[in-house]
Amino acid sequence: MTLTFTVSPDFNTKYLPGWFVFNTWLQRHLGVPTHFEVFDGFDELHRAMAADSIDIIYANPFDAARLVRDHGYVAVARPVGRPDEAVIATHEGSAIHAVEDLLPGTRIATTDDPDVHMMCMIMIEPADLNSGNVAMFRRDNYVLVAKSLLKNEADIGFFLAETFDDLSGPIRSQLRVLVRSQIYVINHLLLAHPRLGAQIDQLRGHLLQMGNDAKGAMALQDVAIKAWESVDQEDVEFMIDLMVALTVTA
Amino acid sequence: MRDMTIDDLHGEPGVEHWLTYADGFRRRIYVVDKEIPFPEGRLIVSQTDTAGVITTANQSFVAMSGFTADELIGQQHYILRHPDMPAVAFKDLWDTVSQGKKWTGYVKNLRKDGAYYWVFASVVPNIRNGRIVGYTSVRRKPSRTKVAECTALYRTLVGQS
Ligand SMILES: Cc1cc2nc3c(=O)[nH]c(=O)nc-3n(C[C@H](O)[C@H](O)[C@H](O)COP(=O)(O)O)c2cc1C
Repeated sequence: MTLTFTVSPDFNTKYLPGWFVFNTWLQRHLGVPTHFEVFDGFDELHRAMAADSIDIIYANPFDAARLVRDHGYVAVARPVGRPDEAVIATHEGSAIHAVEDLLPGTRIATTDDPDVHMMCMIMIEPADLNSGNVAMFRRDNYVLVAKSLLKNEADIGFFLAETFDDLSGPIRSQLRVLVRSQIYVINHLLLAHPRLGAQIDQLRGHLLQMGNDAKGAMALQDVAIKAWESVDQEDVEFMIDLMVALTVTA
Repeated sequence: MRDMTIDDLHGEPGVEHWLTYADGFRRRIYVVDKEIPFPEGRLIVSQTDTAGVITTANQSFVAMSGFTADELIGQQHYILRHPDMPAVAFKDLWDTVSQGKKWTGYVKNLRKDGAYYWVFASVVPNIRNGRIVGYTSVRRKPSRTKVAECTALYRTLVGQS
């Protein structure tokens, strides 16, 4: 039986080749064929989740919460030192210098990345902004969010911090960070479908040792993950409770 | 939990109050009229057991409350209770979460040094194997408009119960 492996569509596309290498590594260590399914966006991923067709997933915190609570997925590991943080940025020449300067009608460029969007919406609440009094523009990726700021199509942009920091020099230098989250405890998780049974412990064992052989170390580097660490069920439940607590509008 | 002393206030002028908590415990506190703004981009996170005793506190909680983690863990969460908060708010909190539901509200908290900070708080029950085993609270930076509204509203509610 072929296992389906996927990655949350919010990953930086420059790591796409790396995730293919990762899939090959998975296949070799699990000793079963694995198919790397690349979803075009969150809608496609969510359809696959509903159809119960994913065996192994590197999931963003939002989807991880649903997969664990509603579908019984098991948390296998998380990346070391890689919390999901968000950045709200403006054009470098913008008159906006603090969240409190934002007014109703603010034009926002965002993506369909659910956790980044949520964290950023929370960070504009102190200015009395909410989805009802801002103008929201969906962009396909963070480079396009940045371009919306440069072209003055939006006043602020919502970014995954790690992707923001990775923007090319010429783009990055024309943007200014308004606020950066420092939450530390929300992160992506590698999850497995419960039907994998005994293969789950086997998978965890391989992931924790991944950096110890040359091929594994290379595959990690190619997806910008230092190492995997194990997570126990309570760590995951804690993160999910946090997500549940955050998904309320003020 | 000990009474506050003048030494806690670091030289700021404070007004003495005696608080009686819902469990009957009485404690002297001092209130200093000074607001510490909620830091940008942060969340204050803590967990309690089912009786409201603090079991975990994140770094932002320690920094904003002015207590050390050791001083917080094992204490009732009412260590942060500010006398300007109406008792009905916390009754509503406990009625809601003990039924397994999520509670949200604006809360004025007392720091170890008598100063205060406002938060928008969300409290959820930790349900494990169908049972409530504790609670998690996450606080974020509140809107100034909402804080102004709650300041006025809570003034009318303090003293009623
Ligand atoms: C998870 C959790 C977090 C709480 N956080 C606070 C808090 O930050 N400040 C506060 O005054 N009360 C907080 N409370 C409510 C207290 O338990 C308590 O009800 C309140 O301080 C009023 O005290 P009293 O009910 O004994 O009068 C929290 C309760 C729970 C379950």
